[in-house]
Amino acid sequence: MITAILFYIFTAILLVSAAMVVSARNPVHSVLFLILAFFNAAALFLIAGAEFLAMILVIVYVGAVAVLFLFVVMMLDVDFAQLRGGFQRYWLVGATVGLVLFAELAIVLGGWKLAPNAIHLRMSPVPTGVSNTEALGRILYTDYVFLFQTAGLILLVAMIGAIVLTLRDRKTSRHQNIEKQNARTVVETLEMMSLTLGAGTTESGGYLRPKLPEVAPVEEHADAGGHGHGH
Amino acid sequence: MNWTLALPEIVLACIGMATLIFGVLRKQDSTLLCTMFTIGGFVIAGFLVYTGNYGFGFHGQFVADPFSAFNQVLILSGAALSTILALDWNRTQGIARFEFPVLMLFSTVGMMIMASASNLMTLYLGLELQSLALYVLASFARDDLRSSEAGLKYFVLSGLASGLLLYGMSLVYGFSGTMDLASLHELLVQPTSASPGLVVGIVFVLVGLAFKVSAVPFHMWTPDVYEGAPTPVTVFFATAPKVAAMALLLRVMGTSFASLVGAWQLLVIIVSICSMLLGAVAAIGQTNIKRLMAYSSIGHMGYALIGLAVGTSSGVRGVLIYMVIYVFMTAGTFGCILAMQRKGKAVEKISDLAGLASNDPMLAMVLTVFMFSLAGIPPMSGFFAKLYIFLAAVQGGLWTLAVVGVLTSVIGAFYYIRIIKVMYFDAPAERFDARPASLSFVVAATGLFTGFFFLFPAPFVSAAQAAAAVLFR
Repeated sequence: MITAILFYIFTAILLVSAAMVVSARNPVHSVLFLILAFFNAAALFLIAGAEFLAMILVIVYVGAVAVLFLFVVMMLDVDFAQLRGGFQRYWLVGATVGLVLFAELAIVLGGWKLAPNAIHLRMSPVPTGVSNTEALGRILYTDYVFLFQTAGLILLVAMIGAIVLTLRDRKTSRHQNIEKQNARTVVETLEMMSLTLGAGTTESGGYLRPKLPEVAPVEEHADAGGHGHGH
Repeated sequence: MNWTLALPEIVLACIGMATLIFGVLRKQDSTLLCTMFTIGGFVIAGFLVYTGNYGFGFHGQFVADPFSAFNQVLILSGAALSTILALDWNRTQGIARFEFPVLMLFSTVGMMIMASASNLMTLYLGLELQSLALYVLASFARDDLRSSEAGLKYFVLSGLASGLLLYGMSLVYGFSGTMDLASLHELLVQPTSASPGLVVGIVFVLVGLAFKVSAVPFHMWTPDVYEGAPTPVTVFFATAPKVAAMALLLRVMGTSFASLVGAWQLLVIIVSICSMLLGAVAAIGQTNIKRLMAYSSIGHMGYALIGLAVGTSSGVRGVLIYMVIYVFMTAGTFGCILAMQRKGKAVEKISDLAGLASNDPMLAMVLTVFMFSLAGIPPMSGFFAKLYIFLAAVQGGLWTLAVVGVLTSVIGAFYYIRIIKVMYFDAPAERFDARPASLSFVVAATGLFTGFFFLFPAPFVSAAQAAAAVLFR
């Protein structure tokens, strides 16, 4: 009973926030509604007993993907009003295509029958007696460990590729010099001064900037060799 | 579990990661050392493949058998040859970076997985690992517009082909309920049990793999990518991935869909004939030697596909011998193309070869051997490659393919021999730069193999025979 009520609450919020994602005027609001939708979908997974999927949804989609979206939306100067400009012109075409797709889906799902034996033919049946996190772990890290590792290699190659094709060691690029950072002392960087009440640093003689490094950073890093990219 | 079957792949991948860390941590330029480590890795992996056991591993997702071992050794030799060729070229062209051999190594790991795949998922992941590294390699000369274009073009088109392949695999899985190649074979022993959906899936899989071997009509990317990519990468493109993709094609068609020969044979025949015709005709008008080699490789894939169309183990044997000979003569030819540099700048026109016979008689002679071999003129190895393929076609009753093959060989001989004419009878052009030793080594080794294959074909034929016996049982 309580599960049913919770289900309807979460479903309702999910649907409303999904609708808001596409209809909100402010793109930042859209992303925030998207995050809300993810949370509700995670709750639905929890109700269905798939706690691992629920957690993954929150961690991966909310924690990484949605935040990435948020950054993209806030940092890139995308004119959403212009993007939406085509909507008035093409809404009829879009609605027609959507309607046709919906009808097709309805026909397919309406005519779909599960063969009585099909449930026994699955490659990885739902195991009894273990949590589904453990069951997924067994499939991923025991049965399909070879494929899992190969997928890992693919990601590694993607990372190497991205670095190879885009990273350039310019003369002006500034690398972190950990040794130098650690060698800094308080005396070099901070200046203690007592201020009179109600007066800023400017009135009290100004804030003395820390001593400039002897060598300008531009030349200093040109001969540092970069991170192993000797070119 | 039996994970030791995958030891060559595991060891090679570990060497790759160790090389990568070494290259990143070392402050100086470590291209030479990383290349040496990579070649060492190839040698070790080849040794492990050669001495390894046979069997199924990882719950039937991975298979090591004579067929996979044969292809893996061939892939490793192709990769090693192109890595050696890349060393000096990259240095003179200013694109020498330690990631280059590392990417080649990971691509090779992907190809080895492709050759050992006995599950559609393993097949796909191996293919993606190989392709992803190849996209990066194609655009490795990132300041060169043509190279970037080649990488992007290959990325987009190959991504499309991967999508088609994946779609076909999902159809096969949906209509059969299994992704295991051996189970698929058992399921399809009675060809009548194959539903139309499954056949559509097979066609999609075939299309996706035909793209990877650049067979007509899925060849559009080949000339542009061959021309644009840095030449050592082109050598790599033309050798190892072709072997891996052909191995996949043979394995998928020869094990799981072997009983459905009737359903896909016509398709392979059409693709094969189109590739042979296009390879012969389109190469005639080319002035860029890399483009010419691209069309030549399309034609050669057409000949190799004859063996698949026959659908018998003697046909597979023909394909395997063809791939061995193809890899060595192509690597050698590209070695000669890499020698075409004037004052540190690479030249790629056929007319730049003019008078090579008087400027560099050794190089001209070796290139002549390769050209005769590519044209299929006895006693060069290329003749025997075609011989075994046409033999299988005649035995299998596919006379049309054999006749078209012979005719297109004659047409193709025109542009190969034209290069020889340019080298020997045209007025000498400016000399090329001195050849680096690594290049001379590769060209000499492959030249000897190509020229004297007729003296010792037995070990290759018997190895190919043993490998082919696994398929079409």
